[in-house]
Amino acid sequence: MVHWTAEEKQLIASVWSKVNVEECGAEALGRLLIVYPWTQRFFASFGNLSSPTAIIGNPKVRAHGRKVLTSFGEAVKNLDNIKATYSKLSELHCEKLHVDPENFRLLGDILIIVLASHFARDFTPACQFAWQKLVNVVAHALARKYH
Amino acid sequence: MVLSAADKTNVKSIFSKIGSHADEYGAETLDRMFTAYPQTKTYFPHFDLHHGSAQIKAHGKKVVNALIEAVNHIDDISGALSKLSDLHAQKLRVDPVNFKLLGHCFLVVVAIHHPSVLTPEAHASLDKFLCAVGAVLTAKYR
Repeated sequence: MVHWTAEEKQLIASVWSKVNVEECGAEALGRLLIVYPWTQRFFASFGNLSSPTAIIGNPKVRAHGRKVLTSFGEAVKNLDNIKATYSKLSELHCEKLHVDPENFRLLGDILIIVLASHFARDFTPACQFAWQKLVNVVAHALARKYH
Repeated sequence: MVLSAADKTNVKSIFSKIGSHADEYGAETLDRMFTAYPQTKTYFPHFDLHHGSAQIKAHGKKVVNALIEAVNHIDDISGALSKLSDLHAQKLRVDPVNFKLLGHCFLVVVAIHHPSVLTPEAHASLDKFLCAVGAVLTAKYR
């Protein structure tokens, strides 16, 4: 089980309380598809992904980004039980979606950069540490049921 | 990977906007890397790694100046960083995984101080550039 210090929990909760899940989610997924274009392989049904402008404006990308980040919120709410929280999603990503777990790490790092751009100096090094830990734990939990 | 003309333009533009803050951002990049990825401290047992230490400032300046050198010779990064590449291969032997960590923290710093400069396209270009620098510095490892 992951051990969170009181400070880490507080830093995570404090940032999360100010996150616009719809905006940040859309931005994170959009940037993932732009910065690492090979990740578009999972989204052939999303329509126009032909340029950064198309990606950022794509309603399916925005909707899915929101869905993904909303799910991330479950981790924030269940810091002491992230493994169980993502058990079914892990199976889904392996058996149905066939997503290489490396993509979870890529998205986690993109999310950190999006948070940094929104929170600026409030996203202190200690804050970044707590959030890097969180995205790692989430990525690990999502990969856990792979077989 | 190859940097396109657009990538090169984007990267040059980012660094020109960073301007005189470069040294400061170099230090902050290192500080964040040591905090977010404590294992990176193992390469600096001889340093005072407290926030704001003179050694972190000096080393941050060195690191960012190397990036600037690469930007100024963006058509021939391996030529520009050849000596640094030798140094990393023969003497420093920093595990290749760490260049990604440093690059990520530099992106975080740019995002914090210049969010409007780090458009998605610019973000992609800068990420590619930092990968290219890492690749050059580890090219002679084996």
